[in-house]
Amino acid sequence: MSTQTPETETETETEPEAESGASAAPDHQQRRMDEKRARAEARDDAAAQAATEFEGETVELKVFRYDPEVEGKEEPRFDSFTVPFEKGMTVLDALIFARDEYDSSLTFRHSCRQAVCGSDAFFINGSQQLGCQTQMGDLEWPVRVEPLPHQDVVKDLVVEMDHFYDQMESVQPFFDPDELPDGELDEQRQSRENREHIKLSTRCIWCGACMSSCNIAAGDNQYLGPAAINKAYRFYMDEREGEQKRQERLEIIEQEHGVWRCQTQFSCTEVCPKDIPLTEHIQELKREAVKENLKFW
Amino acid sequence: MYEHDVIVVGGGGAGLRAAIAAQEQGADVAIVTKLHPVRSHTGAAEGGINAALRDGDSWEDHAYDTMKGSDYLGDAPAIDTFAKTAPDEVIQLEHWGMPFSREDDGRVSQRPFGGLSFPRTTYAGAETGHHMLHTLYEQVVKRGIEVYDEWYVSNLAVTDEDDPNDRECHGVVAWDVQSGEIAGFEARDGVILATGGLGQAYDHTTNAVANTGDGVAMAYRAGVPIEDMEMIQFHPTTLPSTGVLISEGVRGEGGILYNAEGERFMFEYGYATNDGELASRDVVSRAELTEINEGRGIDDEYVYLDMRHLGEERITDRLENILHLAEDFEGVDGLEEPMPVKPGQHYAMGGVETNEFGETCVDGLYAAGECACVSLHGANRLGGNALPELIVFGALAGRHAAGEDMGEALIETGPSEELDREELGVPVGLPSEQSDTAEPAADGGEPVEDVDTRSSEEVVSDAEATEEERIETLLEREDGVNHADVRADLQTSMTENVNVFRTEAGLEQALEDIQEARERYQDVYVADKSRTFNTDLQHTIETRNLLDVAEAITMGALARDEFRGAHWRKEHQERKDDEWLKHTMVSWNDGDPELWYRPVILEGHEETYEPKNRSY
Ligand SMILES: Cc1cc2nc3c(=O)[nH]c(=O)nc-3n(C[C@H](O)[C@H](O)[C@H](O)COP(=O)(O)OP(=O)(O)OC[C@H]3O[C@@H](n4cnc5c(N)ncnc54)[C@H](O)[C@@H]3O)c2cc1C
Ligand code: SF4
Ligand code: FES
Repeated sequence: MSTQTPETETETETEPEAESGASAAPDHQQRRMDEKRARAEARDDAAAQAATEFEGETVELKVFRYDPEVEGKEEPRFDSFTVPFEKGMTVLDALIFARDEYDSSLTFRHSCRQAVCGSDAFFINGSQQLGCQTQMGDLEWPVRVEPLPHQDVVKDLVVEMDHFYDQMESVQPFFDPDELPDGELDEQRQSRENREHIKLSTRCIWCGACMSSCNIAAGDNQYLGPAAINKAYRFYMDEREGEQKRQERLEIIEQEHGVWRCQTQFSCTEVCPKDIPLTEHIQELKREAVKENLKFW
Repeated sequence: MYEHDVIVVGGGGAGLRAAIAAQEQGADVAIVTKLHPVRSHTGAAEGGINAALRDGDSWEDHAYDTMKGSDYLGDAPAIDTFAKTAPDEVIQLEHWGMPFSREDDGRVSQRPFGGLSFPRTTYAGAETGHHMLHTLYEQVVKRGIEVYDEWYVSNLAVTDEDDPNDRECHGVVAWDVQSGEIAGFEARDGVILATGGLGQAYDHTTNAVANTGDGVAMAYRAGVPIEDMEMIQFHPTTLPSTGVLISEGVRGEGGILYNAEGERFMFEYGYATNDGELASRDVVSRAELTEINEGRGIDDEYVYLDMRHLGEERITDRLENILHLAEDFEGVDGLEEPMPVKPGQHYAMGGVETNEFGETCVDGLYAAGECACVSLHGANRLGGNALPELIVFGALAGRHAAGEDMGEALIETGPSEELDREELGVPVGLPSEQSDTAEPAADGGEPVEDVDTRSSEEVVSDAEATEEERIETLLEREDGVNHADVRADLQTSMTENVNVFRTEAGLEQALEDIQEARERYQDVYVADKSRTFNTDLQHTIETRNLLDVAEAITMGALARDEFRGAHWRKEHQERKDDEWLKHTMVSWNDGDPELWYRPVILEGHEETYEPKNRSY
């Protein structure tokens, strides 16, 4: 009986308006509301079906939730989502499924889906990885997804990136040659070996995984961090830049919160999704610094 | 309200280059972008950047190839400007430190690419776009250009004269994704749209989730015509499960395509007996789908791209990134196995109508990059021609917006009474009860005079108020349709009906589906009520943009009853030069879209191009 009530109500609501001749809108509205109801039912059915149909092939996702503005979310908590598993499914795919099918307020950064934009570094089952580059099938289930540690959480999986950007931008992260060829269409020469030398360092996608994994960075807010040092390395090693600039760069690299802070724990190298040998690059710069200092001794 | 001379919307290749150019011209410039610049989809480009740099090559040859590739739907002044300027712009990137791949003598390497008569594609491994994007962003940092990152631009502040040609753009309205703050941005000299692609109108695409055609939709609704929208490029080599792109560089280096029978079908079935795998993209995409439709595909879904014979050394040197992509996103080892590939939506040749300086018909509003249609690519873009477009036209738009006098443009813009119109006979635009037309003036409904007398500040603050209201309404609704459902239905219909092969019935079906999606969108609601990082709200607004661009794509596709470039029509199997050397233009017209045509310009800087058969 009670299930009949809403229907009756809708009818009495629309009828008088239709009589007053206020255009065809009510009819239309009625149709839309019916459709809406039908869709909502279909959605519920689908969800119920998914839960049974995919029995045995579903995977549980436990996702960190936090929103300073929303009641019940100001205190961090974990939500569980049951997601149908398919071969080839990435953690990002699973998050998108959970968001689109269950809870559209589930929030995370993502864009390229192919490990080039660096938006979706998360703490997945206890290590820093890109959601789009991590296969659900390769992980232990249930899969636990948290925001990057050592960074302030804005909401759910979204962390504050400003500090990371500040560090990146503090190392003069731009090419600045002492001089340029001036002939028309005259390019600078660079040997293949030199390009090869800097190649890995130029791959960084600013995902922040390395910084998040680094104990030193966690303890020293001013530490440049692996990504920024790697950026400095990229220019320091580029033979096109010239001696004068090299000296300037060395000063940045060598500063109090620079390379000497690194204690070669390799955590950054382990998590870097672009396989950049970060620790090696930092060590190489330390050697450069020593060499230079000996020269002036 | 924020204020700058020039506001650039978007921080991809086009936006960054525009900002640098405007700043060098002395303007106070700011970039407002929904993603941090280095997250832009320019970073996904793999293959390379075309420019005539070497002896034996010339800008004229590059222009000729581009015009031929466009199937004679490109405008010659745009193509000539492009081919002439690309070499300087590429060398400029080199001077800014871009790590190009090198020859033994230390000079920038170039490789062959589909549709090019000379190996003129410069590249940086198979990550060319990543390096270009980062190199440009580095220069933005160097110059201290202000970047409002993670600010979503949701509308333009444009005056409301009847004729779009009389309108002026004074800024944009955006909200800070992180805090939810809504703000007006007043632009004293100009607004440059550089919002990139619209691939999210389809469900199998190489484009990023953020490529939702926002700039095209915003300019369109502000009255700027959008041009050749039906011209969508489908890339022949995308991974079946995700749409991730396998660069044309693989075929450039000698990769081959074969079907389930192990036949090298490009040659054996005569799709392109000269150029084979290196024929232009539309040719290869249709060949693959024909193979699949005729039962010679693998799993009825894809064909194979094989590069094993190139050898490990060459592959790791030049195509290493491809190995990672195939491994991470398809679980295939490209050194050991052939890679499965199928066509996927890749690039929008059409977009916001501009002239060769990036100007639209609305004063102070510019567009550059993939969101623009200066009409460089016409009916088909050549691989390696989009990245140089970003820097060539990005720089021109930036300098022009900042006040450089470039003389008279050769390309005209804006709707004109003299040009032909077309009725489609299928309902398009907003459902009847949801009109966009501005409310009659508050002072008792007197007819508004056809001159907008508001100050530029008022135009911006009015636009800001309208956006606040729109967002408020979306957030207040307690129940309704989830945008994701609308978006999914739209994408499915577009992929089914407005794909590589197009039929009249299919296109009409798509327009009906879009109408239905529009009706459902009227009940859309945002479940997330938080102001903090509300991606639910952002995606809801993006979905609206996708509806508008998808409809324009389909309208153009239905109107153009010929086969030209990427646009194939089942019922019309030939290029009809007598009738169709013209661009399809769609004007928003307050929610009641109008379709009209503008003739193609074949008269270039030096010579007039003669339409030829486009065979490879
Ligand atoms: C996988 C792939 C490979 C490619 N390979 C090549 C190649 O080898 N060679 C070639 O020439 N071309 C290639 N292309 C094409 C080329 O990369 C793109 O056309 C080009 O990069 C687009 O650049 P853009 O600056 O116009 O847009 P994008 O780089 O997409 O940037 C768009 C910007 O606009 C911003 N934005 C969008 N909407 C809003 C909004 N509402 N508010 C605020 N900001 C907004 C975004 O944040 C972003 O910063 C490739 C494309 C793809 C997808
Ligand atoms: S160095 Fe690696 S882990 Fe660190 S930001 Fe760059 S890509 Fe990410
Ligand atoms: S979505 Fe771009 S790196 Fe994962």
